[in-house]
Amino acid sequence: MDHVLSSATALSIAHVLAGALVLVSFMMLYQDRLSSVINVLALHAVVLGCAVGWQAYIQHAPALYITAGLALGFKALVIPIALHRIVERFGIHREVEAVGGISLTMLGGIGLVALSMVVMLRTAAHADALAREDVALALSVILLGMLMMVTRRNAVSQIAGFMSLENGLILAAAGAQGMPLVVEISVAFSVLIAFIVIGVFLFRIRERFDTVDSTALDAFRGEAS
Amino acid sequence: MTPIILICAAASLILGGVGGVIARRPAGRMIVYGGSLAIAVVALLAALAQLALGIAPDPLVVLPIGLPHPGASGLGMRFGMDDLAAAFLIIANIGGAAASLFALGYTRHEAEPWRVLPVYPVFLAAMNLVVIAADAYGFLLCWEVMSLASWALVMAHHTEAATRRAGVVYLLMASAGTLALLLCFGLLAGNAGNYAFTAMRAVPRARWMGSAVMMLALLGAGSKAGLVPLHVWLPRAHPAAPSHVSALMSGVMTKVAVYAFIRIAFDLAGPPAWWWGLVVLLAGGMTAVLGVLYALMEDDIKTILAYSTIENIGLIFAGLGLALAFKADGMMAAAALALTAALFHALNHMLFKSTLFFGAGAIQHATGTRDLAQLGGLINRMRVSAVPMLIAALAIAALPPLNGFASEWLLLQAILLSPALPQFGLKLAVPAIGALVALSAAFAAACFVRFYGIAYLGRARGDAAAAAHETDRWSLSAMILLAALCVAAGLLPGFAIDLLAPVTHALLGARVSTQAGLSWLTIVPVALRQNAYDPLLIALFIAISAIMGAFVLRRFGARATRRAPAWGCGYQEFGPPARTLITQYSPSGFAQPIRRVFAGVVLRARDEATLPLPGEAHPARLTLRWSDPAWSLLYAPLIGAIGWLAGQTNRLQFLTIRRYLAFVFMALVALLGWIALWG
Repeated sequence: MDHVLSSATALSIAHVLAGALVLVSFMMLYQDRLSSVINVLALHAVVLGCAVGWQAYIQHAPALYITAGLALGFKALVIPIALHRIVERFGIHREVEAVGGISLTMLGGIGLVALSMVVMLRTAAHADALAREDVALALSVILLGMLMMVTRRNAVSQIAGFMSLENGLILAAAGAQGMPLVVEISVAFSVLIAFIVIGVFLFRIRERFDTVDSTALDAFRGEAS
Repeated sequence: MTPIILICAAASLILGGVGGVIARRPAGRMIVYGGSLAIAVVALLAALAQLALGIAPDPLVVLPIGLPHPGASGLGMRFGMDDLAAAFLIIANIGGAAASLFALGYTRHEAEPWRVLPVYPVFLAAMNLVVIAADAYGFLLCWEVMSLASWALVMAHHTEAATRRAGVVYLLMASAGTLALLLCFGLLAGNAGNYAFTAMRAVPRARWMGSAVMMLALLGAGSKAGLVPLHVWLPRAHPAAPSHVSALMSGVMTKVAVYAFIRIAFDLAGPPAWWWGLVVLLAGGMTAVLGVLYALMEDDIKTILAYSTIENIGLIFAGLGLALAFKADGMMAAAALALTAALFHALNHMLFKSTLFFGAGAIQHATGTRDLAQLGGLINRMRVSAVPMLIAALAIAALPPLNGFASEWLLLQAILLSPALPQFGLKLAVPAIGALVALSAAFAAACFVRFYGIAYLGRARGDAAAAAHETDRWSLSAMILLAALCVAAGLLPGFAIDLLAPVTHALLGARVSTQAGLSWLTIVPVALRQNAYDPLLIALFIAISAIMGAFVLRRFGARATRRAPAWGCGYQEFGPPARTLITQYSPSGFAQPIRRVFAGVVLRARDEATLPLPGEAHPARLTLRWSDPAWSLLYAPLIGAIGWLAGQTNRLQFLTIRRYLAFVFMALVALLGWIALWG
């Protein structure tokens, strides 16, 4: 490595950025208004962009700069703005829709972070320290994203959980010596398409049931939630 | 000789395809069964030549299809006929040839021949290929083809609800058995993952793993052979098939299962532990007695024969268990005797059980019923087929000088050698198993006295039996051929023992001493003890005493045959039914003493008689109830548990999206937790 920073400093900065991503995931967990969930999602993408950009810098991998740019462009700007517009059109930006207490969810989240740390220490004890810590934190972000999806009723915040889960995947991939550009672009496209499909579904659900609460779907199937 | 068998199997498969095309033409039947007959005869001669002339087994033939073998020559299913395979090919192809010959005549009245013709040659080919397969992939593939083909043949008469139910039970049991064999071969291949039998023999394995292999082989092969309590499909499926297929399934397919067990337990699993023999002996003894007890309770002639197959499988497995016990203790000569007894009995059972199923098919065709209580007096109307049926019934009842006695005598000789075994468990258990074998032989005699006596002797119990007619020449020739082989194997057991000697030599390194050349064709299997059996002398004695007895009866008894109305116990004036149906022994009446004494506890058999009160006009009725303990103790709880579990799992069909996500999430967290704690 011939860059100016010592490798210890580079590792700490990468660590701080990845840890910040986990922290933002926790922030998302305790939001109880939809518009603030979307704001935190945008922040999440910004932090991801910084983390991936830093990885690009220390690994000398120019392809990763494109990943960072995609994260900042699509996930920090386009998707949050679109989600805001959807929420405002539906008039549900003040809706409270968490399942179970926020404190219980936070405790569960802490447990998940601990679990992913232990798993990585046990399974990847001999791997490169930077990559290992990165993957452990990325796994935490993925698990927290799933927790978000599980503990929310509203389809919009389930999308937010899914997006943050996907951010965790990208963080993991960037830490592991980068990933090929083709894969990255196809992932970005698939996220975009998922967003479009889910958006269309949201409008269809809304048209039919006058709500985007996904329990309405279950009621339509003739079952109690 | 292996290529000949492979070519025969390929010809059978092609014949199956041809059968599919021409099944609806009148000539299709003759082509398929005639072709099967010719192929079976060629394969039989090849196997017989290898065993009788002592030709060394060929090197393995590797076909260019199959699974990749690591470290070996890439793709390739291996086939090879060693002496064990040759012995079972003889059994399979005698049975196949006889069934094809029988079918030439018997299937003339088959309603839907296109359900049988394409599958029948495939079934024969699969049974031949299982026996010569020399790797696990080829073995299991052919085994499954055999199961599926026999299932398709059972379902030939699918319009009857009982047949469809039999098909479902058979399919379930067959797949469970194959699963056991699959796991068994997986353990045998070990970490190297080489599925060729030659590689499996070389793999060193721990004691517990060898034991697990043996138990899985017992489950897998035992479920196909019909070991209690895995037998439940057999008495449903075997009778449901057309009779020539029933004969093949009972006579040959169960022997293929026996072959699978011998191949794994004696050849592939390595040195046995002493308790393997005990487990197999107990399973065999229990199977023998329970099988024949079931047979005594039944009234359907083909079901009786199917249950009797279970009994004979029990005898064969008792012999195999004894051979395993002797082998574990290094008594190879005794092991060779027990194994020879088992193999000889397998051959004999194929001979007489096929004859009996042919006869049952002839009866079903002639009278339209399989209910023993409707039959009677058939010896007067089926004069020719009654003779081979009598011979087969005597043979299966183990009466000298026929072949059933010869093999059971050999088995008892092996049991008499058991006091030399060092383990006390075996010292105690083997004589008890010997007692069970003797008991089952006595029950089998009672069972076939009942079968033959009710069906062929006396007077017709129904109009159908009264109008019966003799069967056709093809069927008769098949029955007579097999009955003649029964007599020949009974009179000349020494030749059969010598024929099987290379098999025991290959598996155990020992053989029963050569029997050819002993005076009067005596057999002396244990030279040391001089226990000899001389079937020719016994046959001569029986013939002379029978002739003398007949002469004395004719000379000093009544001078001439007189014909008079049969005495009807005082009911003559109530018309013909009273004279024939009511006043003769009924099959359930004949079995009543044994039912009362033995089956009351084991099978929960109950007789309930409802007698009319004075003044009531309806007749007295006797209802019999008995249940298979395997169903109530094993299968009913199992089915209940599976049903309960399915009911619980069914709830998962109706969750919210969020709960499905939660399930995925929980599963992921649980797996990660597993890694964190024990990874």
